[in-house]
Amino acid sequence: MNLLMSVSRNPLVLGLAVALALSGCASKNSLPNSPGELGLAANGAVPGSQQDLTLNVGDRIFFDTDSSAIRTDSAATLDRQAQWLAKYPNDAVLIEGNADERGTRAYNLALGARRAAATRNYLISKGVSAARIKTISYGKERPVAVCDDISCWSQNRRAVTVVRGASS
Amino acid sequence: MSLYRKDNQFPASRAVMAHIRLRRAAVFWAVFGHVLMASLTLMPGTAHAVVEIDITKGNVEALPLAITDFASKDDIGAKIAGVIADDLKRSGLFAPINKAAFIQKITDPNLSPRFEDWRVINAQALVVGRVTAEADGRLRTEFRLWDTFAAEQLIGQQFFTQPENWRRVAHIIADAIYEKLTGEKGYFDTRVVFVSESGPRNDRKKRLAIMDQDSANLRFLTQGDDLVLTPRFSPSRQEVTYMSFANGQPRVYLLQLETGQREIVGNFPGMTFSPRFSPDGQKVIMSLEQNGDANIYTMDLRSRKTTRLTNTTAIDTSPSYSPEGQQIVFESDRGGRQQLYVMNADGSNQKRISFGDGSYSTPVWSPRGDLIAFTKQSGGKFSIGVMRPDGSGERILTTGFHNEGPTWSPNGRVIMFFRQPAGAAGPQLYSIDLTGYNEERVQTPEFGSDPAWSPLLK
Repeated sequence: MNLLMSVSRNPLVLGLAVALALSGCASKNSLPNSPGELGLAANGAVPGSQQDLTLNVGDRIFFDTDSSAIRTDSAATLDRQAQWLAKYPNDAVLIEGNADERGTRAYNLALGARRAAATRNYLISKGVSAARIKTISYGKERPVAVCDDISCWSQNRRAVTVVRGASS
Repeated sequence: MSLYRKDNQFPASRAVMAHIRLRRAAVFWAVFGHVLMASLTLMPGTAHAVVEIDITKGNVEALPLAITDFASKDDIGAKIAGVIADDLKRSGLFAPINKAAFIQKITDPNLSPRFEDWRVINAQALVVGRVTAEADGRLRTEFRLWDTFAAEQLIGQQFFTQPENWRRVAHIIADAIYEKLTGEKGYFDTRVVFVSESGPRNDRKKRLAIMDQDSANLRFLTQGDDLVLTPRFSPSRQEVTYMSFANGQPRVYLLQLETGQREIVGNFPGMTFSPRFSPDGQKVIMSLEQNGDANIYTMDLRSRKTTRLTNTTAIDTSPSYSPEGQQIVFESDRGGRQQLYVMNADGSNQKRISFGDGSYSTPVWSPRGDLIAFTKQSGGKFSIGVMRPDGSGERILTTGFHNEGPTWSPNGRVIMFFRQPAGAAGPQLYSIDLTGYNEERVQTPEFGSDPAWSPLLK
């Protein structure tokens, strides 16, 4: 549980694990032996991939209680996402809106949708084509941090940008 | 509780009407593989006195009664008596007397009991019965309810059924006793559909499940591949509406219980959620989310026509019809926080009814029409409460870390809901009397949430 939590809280751990796996594989076969030789970014992420977005840009933003307003720190993350999406125009994304567990089920589904929509609208305002962005809400059904205080609730009130590959 | 007697005439047509009712039940259940054949006979003689419980008061003192093991060749008679006793005891209105205190052993339930033997242990009422096998393999169950102090028979009925339906016979008998002694319809011959949850909190597997109201005969309706939420019973068919994330598309579905066939309700351009049937079973009312706003729609299940009822840039959800179908209660945060609103069935005349501290959500109209149950969030606590449809008379029934999602027993007497404790454990189902007394855990094999009570199985 602790490992799971640390992975989900800290994308860097996930990135390192990926990098180690990749380099281990490469050295065993005496093939290209560094992320650079593999055409990867310094931390091992394939440019334009989910790992790249998660590690080098930031894949998620957080919200205040019962709010879908884009906070200043979130706006900075979304600005980077918009720039990144401009660099990889073939990528489509799914924005997953989530709520913490301190609400009722139907309302939280709608609140997650409202957060996903606010995120999508912000990205569109920064020049990302609306056709590239879909949204979904999981309400309070997918908490990443599980405890009964603000430290967890604040991590669960989130919108996560998920790369879906080439847009159609 | 006040115990009193009054003159009462048995309606002459009672047995006939009950007979018709149960014949209809036979058809209803045939599609489900539970054929129930029943016929009723009244014993000769007319009752002149009736033992009754006054359940209009707050804390009802349970009525002591004796439920004897039904005579039978095997243990089926004792099992049926046990289910009847458990049903009545769980209601909080009856106190079945410990069998060890019984003086008379009932060997022939067709003979008048020795009333003084039952009066002396303060059994206000006595239930006796017999179970025998018919030549065709069916189970024949007879029972009689006696008023021990008036020395009168109150009910005498018999049922024929396949042996595997013995629990249903017990629930029908418990309902008959409940109705006779309280004057209200029972709710024991009913089922509950809910979400069965397993696994860690950040990776919960959720499956739709259905069981009898006493937790027996549990059956899973989905296998846990897709996230499923908020199942609700059809008032008229063996059908459930619920929300599923199948194929990554969060939508409202219909599920036929007898065939397992499922379909998406309507062709909406966004997430549909929080479904519920209209009282006639012909419509599903639900929310549609588009670009972050949620509004309330209905879909007519015959014509497939959809109708928009609200038009806001807020979250309008959790719609629930009044029992006559004329009005709808729902929650909306159009005023800033979640509050309860009532509107006409065509969407006109939307009026806020909740004005207390905190926020109000998940309203459900009582089958009796006189109350609306809700979830209330206030001061970091989640409560279950009721208020009148005009918003007056708010009463909180239970408060704690997280109580949510009330559903009514079909007689409007009991509310079931789920409770999420703080910590790693998952949610559990509970029931509570309308008075706020007699809170009981509803047993489920896994964690449980989103309960919905079926109508009385007609």
